[in-house]
Amino acid sequence: MRLAQVLAKVVAFALIALPLGLLALNVAREVALPGSALGPDPVEAVVHELGKWGLRILLATLLVSSIARLAGLPRLIRFRRMVGLWAFAYVVLHFTAWLGLLAGFHLDMVLADFVKRPYITMGLAALLLLIPLAITSTHGWQRRLGRRWRQLHRLVYPAAIAAWIHLLWLSKASYLDAAIYGTVLAALIGERVVDAVRRARRRTASRMA
Amino acid sequence: MLISKPRDVRPSEITPERVYRSRRKFMAQAAAGTAAATAGYALGLPSSWLAEQDVAPDGPIGEKTTPEVYATQYNNFYEFGPDKEDPAKHAHEMVVDPWSVHVLGEVAKPGRVGIEDLLKGIDLEERIYRLRCVEAWSMVIPWIGFPMRKLIERFEPMGNAKYVEFKTLYRPAEMRGQRAFFASIDYPYVEGLRLDEAYHPLAIFAVGMYGKLLPNQNGAPLRTVVPWKYGIKSIKSIVSIRLTEEEPKTTWNVHAPQEYGFYSNVNPTVDHPRWSQASERRLPSSLFAPNRIDTRMFNGYDEVASLYSGMDLRRLY
Repeated sequence: MRLAQVLAKVVAFALIALPLGLLALNVAREVALPGSALGPDPVEAVVHELGKWGLRILLATLLVSSIARLAGLPRLIRFRRMVGLWAFAYVVLHFTAWLGLLAGFHLDMVLADFVKRPYITMGLAALLLLIPLAITSTHGWQRRLGRRWRQLHRLVYPAAIAAWIHLLWLSKASYLDAAIYGTVLAALIGERVVDAVRRARRRTASRMA
Repeated sequence: MLISKPRDVRPSEITPERVYRSRRKFMAQAAAGTAAATAGYALGLPSSWLAEQDVAPDGPIGEKTTPEVYATQYNNFYEFGPDKEDPAKHAHEMVVDPWSVHVLGEVAKPGRVGIEDLLKGIDLEERIYRLRCVEAWSMVIPWIGFPMRKLIERFEPMGNAKYVEFKTLYRPAEMRGQRAFFASIDYPYVEGLRLDEAYHPLAIFAVGMYGKLLPNQNGAPLRTVVPWKYGIKSIKSIVSIRLTEEEPKTTWNVHAPQEYGFYSNVNPTVDHPRWSQASERRLPSSLFAPNRIDTRMFNGYDEVASLYSGMDLRRLY
């Protein structure tokens, strides 16, 4: 790897880790002096912050491929795994914080929520869909699965859609956030549809020629 | 079933008797040109009042009063934005002086009354109430106000008046949430009560909290507090009071009738479709102790139960 690429990766890594670092700092301040950093409902603040960044970074993962395509920078794809794994990390932390801090590991309550609360069901679905992607993100799995690796990793779309519905369903009076994230997600999926159509046309054209 | 570990039940409860015993009386004074620049009146509080609060920071009722900073910085007042911090940030844009309230509908003496005249001669008292939000968090807040009945009766409701409807100020130029494109609820905000609910001694109009005038984000200069109902039923910054024969079309009920009923009594046995109402988190919570406590029927104000005798509260939630 060239130095520039290594540097770029380090910078990207640091940028994605930054929200987590800031949150950790606030948690530390809050632990040291309760009420000092995270408002009257620190647990909710932590859960929301992690969930928000989980969705943002998940969308950023999709954005990497889009930019690589649109800007003609195929090497950018090398960043994708790192971004995707960070998204997974934020989502896992979001889930863990909800489970541990908000629900207090009360499993009967948690299990009831999985079944009875559609927005929680949707969030859980997003998390579960991301697990096989995180596991098979290594070069080894990529080689082993071959062509099926690409197929498997299309699960990222239902995962992102489920995460978005999770947000939509927990929105109460303002759909601004849901609208913004929904627009971004739709644009990212739309770009892929356009790309797929274009490729299919090109194939047909070359066959006819 | 959906409850966290049982917590020690505090020996004392907020009952009306206790509230009455502990209440302090104040007079609202017309005070044009006082230091209370944002409103044309001031609360005539004895100077010792705040000191008394410091002596008994937990209030007279055994449940800890929520620190003022949280009750004034963590609000749902969607007219100023969807986040809990938004009202404290943006509510100063609302002009509350001058302020008048329009009383209309099935009353013998309708009219538009300035806030100073409205409060003239009304004894103010402190009421420390639990506030249970429909979102399953709660606080304990010392309000300054007076029974709703005192004010409503002045306008002489007619025999056919069965309900009272309240409206919040509608002024998009000063309330950014009302200008928001993605606001999903209709403005102005409307709330309502059955008249016998409004006449219950626990139901109050508040003009202050923590010994001071209401901050804008908490509903200045006049709001209702109905402690046995979810917070959505307590309406802020009231500009109209209308007596009606028919049940008012209240904002959240219109927005999502399957989620928010007209009554919206605190009821641990009827879940919100999206979350359980069996327990609540008393704020402030701490990071490693969610402060989850059991929610009680009518928010623990059992004395209102007779208002609903014979009603199926699972259906009329």
